Amino acid sequence: MAQMTMIQAITSALDNELARDPSVLLFGEDVGQSGGVFRATDGLQKKYGDQRVFDTPLAESGIAGLATGLALQGFRPIAEIQFFGFVFEAMDEIAGQAARMRFRSGGRYTSPIVYRAPFGGGVKTPEMHADSLEGLLLQTPGLKVVIPSNPYDAKGLLISAIRDNDPVFFLEHMKLYRSMRAEVPEEAYTLPLGKAAVVRPGKDLTVVAYGAMVHTALKAADQWSKQKGVEAEIIDLRTISPIDIETIIESVKKTNRAVVLQEAQRTAGAAAEIVAQINEHALYHLEGPVKRITAPDTVYPYAQIEEEWLPSTERVLTGFEAALAL
Amino acid sequence: MLQILDVDGHVVNEALLPQLSHDELRAIMRKMVFTRIWDQRAIKLTRQGRLGFYAPVAGQEASMIGSEAATSKEDFLLPSYRDVPQAVWHGWPMYQAFLYSRGHVHGGQMPEGVNVLMPQIIIGAQIVQAAGVALAFKLKKEKRVAFTYIGDGGTSQGDFYEGINFAGAYQAPAVFIIQNNQFAISVPVHLQTAAETLAQKAAAAGIPSERVDGMDVLAVYSATKRAVERARAGEGPSLIESMTFRFGPHTMSGDDPTRYRSKELEESWQRRDPLVRFRAYLEGQSLWSQADEEAVIEEAKTAVSEALAKADAQPKMTVPELIDVMFEQLPDDLRAQRAEFVK
Repeated sequence: MAQMTMIQAITSALDNELARDPSVLLFGEDVGQSGGVFRATDGLQKKYGDQRVFDTPLAESGIAGLATGLALQGFRPIAEIQFFGFVFEAMDEIAGQAARMRFRSGGRYTSPIVYRAPFGGGVKTPEMHADSLEGLLLQTPGLKVVIPSNPYDAKGLLISAIRDNDPVFFLEHMKLYRSMRAEVPEEAYTLPLGKAAVVRPGKDLTVVAYGAMVHTALKAADQWSKQKGVEAEIIDLRTISPIDIETIIESVKKTNRAVVLQEAQRTAGAAAEIVAQINEHALYHLEGPVKRITAPDTVYPYAQIEEEWLPSTERVLTGFEAALAL
Repeated sequence: MLQILDVDGHVVNEALLPQLSHDELRAIMRKMVFTRIWDQRAIKLTRQGRLGFYAPVAGQEASMIGSEAATSKEDFLLPSYRDVPQAVWHGWPMYQAFLYSRGHVHGGQMPEGVNVLMPQIIIGAQIVQAAGVALAFKLKKEKRVAFTYIGDGGTSQGDFYEGINFAGAYQAPAVFIIQNNQFAISVPVHLQTAAETLAQKAAAAGIPSERVDGMDVLAVYSATKRAVERARAGEGPSLIESMTFRFGPHTMSGDDPTRYRSKELEESWQRRDPLVRFRAYLEGQSLWSQADEEAVIEEAKTAVSEALAKADAQPKMTVPELIDVMFEQLPDDLRAQRAEFVK
């Protein structure tokens, strides 16, 4: 097995699926000859030709609309939105069109599209590049949303997303692209969409996180364990729509306390949804209110104060303490 | 501007007269009369609350039917909300069009072999999708064409430019038809754009365009036929601006055209009525008679009644049916929500 970074795991997943299924197409801005601004599609055009892997004109709605049209004719498009912050330009085609296709055509047409986009803070990108906008997507019926936290998951989840017959938005945290390596098989494998993973067992507190925040949670939990002997159980959601509420509830029943951690702003996001569902399904197992640890409800402050704005290990630990004290 | 018949139905451009058999010419007239009657009936039904959303089409029959007639059944149509006639003439069963109007999920379930997408509501979305469908035909090496319609107002949308530009960049077999009916609900073309024509917008995408008299069915047919043949021959997309006019309101949802159109303007376009013009042409060649006209009117009335009865007979859709159509496999949380609606 090879040691891969997350970006290599993503390239490997794309490679496997392009090789396996001739209906898979890969396109977006700069994904062809240049291999993508992060090199996620490096070498794929050379390997599969410019009919399968190609550059598009610079227009996000056009890219997403092209994907809808190609999907209507039996292709399985993988459309790259160069940075998630540019998704506003494509929201009609994603939320208003592709995710509604099954409904509009009574199942006659489907949208087996994967939209890929890098996102996430802490890497000092320009304005409108780092924003965690996944909350926008959660309000879209008919769309699945995947956010992996490590190379192994990224590959397995991306392959599942490509093989899924419904549209999937696959979000790649930029900070995770090259920050770790892991054992990743060269060959294709899948991980189920909609299933969370317990990445650290614990008995005192349930922590629900996804994307880069899984690592912040792990760091905080290890520190907590060493300093105080208190054990947090950490759940990596992996898919934030649909949410694997069963795994969360099972954990809450054991620990009786929970915090939800997200990089995005507080209001109406994935964390809010998870808190609501814990209340619905496990209120009587709780010994205190479920806490959210999030960024504040402001626009993303690019560059200068990113680190203060994003939930840090210290803020997460404070949140853990608060949840335990209640 | 391309014109073949003048307002009196006289041929003004003999060289461009399309090669159509007598039967084909009669079939076009039949569809235009049928559509006019069906439109009148649909307006009444909407007023009675028996249909849902409806956008009247009278005045645009030449533009709609002339263009659709120039395509083949394998060609893929991406209509906008007013383009229901083209969709039906391309194979969408009329009763399903009625169900679509009522919001029934069966409405958009095209039968096998019918190459039509449910009409688009969002202005311009069909243009970017048409670029994708056309690229798919090119990649699959199928000699098929994607054709789509947009109004004059729609050409102000970003998606219009993105779609025609993509199709041009990929030399994809697409035909884009602007039905310039002069008003985007109430806003006239000269307030939409400083461009002299809408056809010239094709220049920015590097694709050919043509402006046609949209009240002249032979001109529309002829221009579309050429565009379709170009696309089929691998010569890329084209844009057609069809100069037309809707005689009625924008939709049946409360629009009052007398607030923004003068009586004189309406009358000047009524004089160009595409049915009157084409009828005069056909009568001049003894290809159409009063009896033919009456027969089609009766046929249309019967067909609309039958389609309506069939739509009425369709059981109302249910919330569980709606939930079932969201994904191939129902996620657990939706399954739980579904259970709330099962008695």
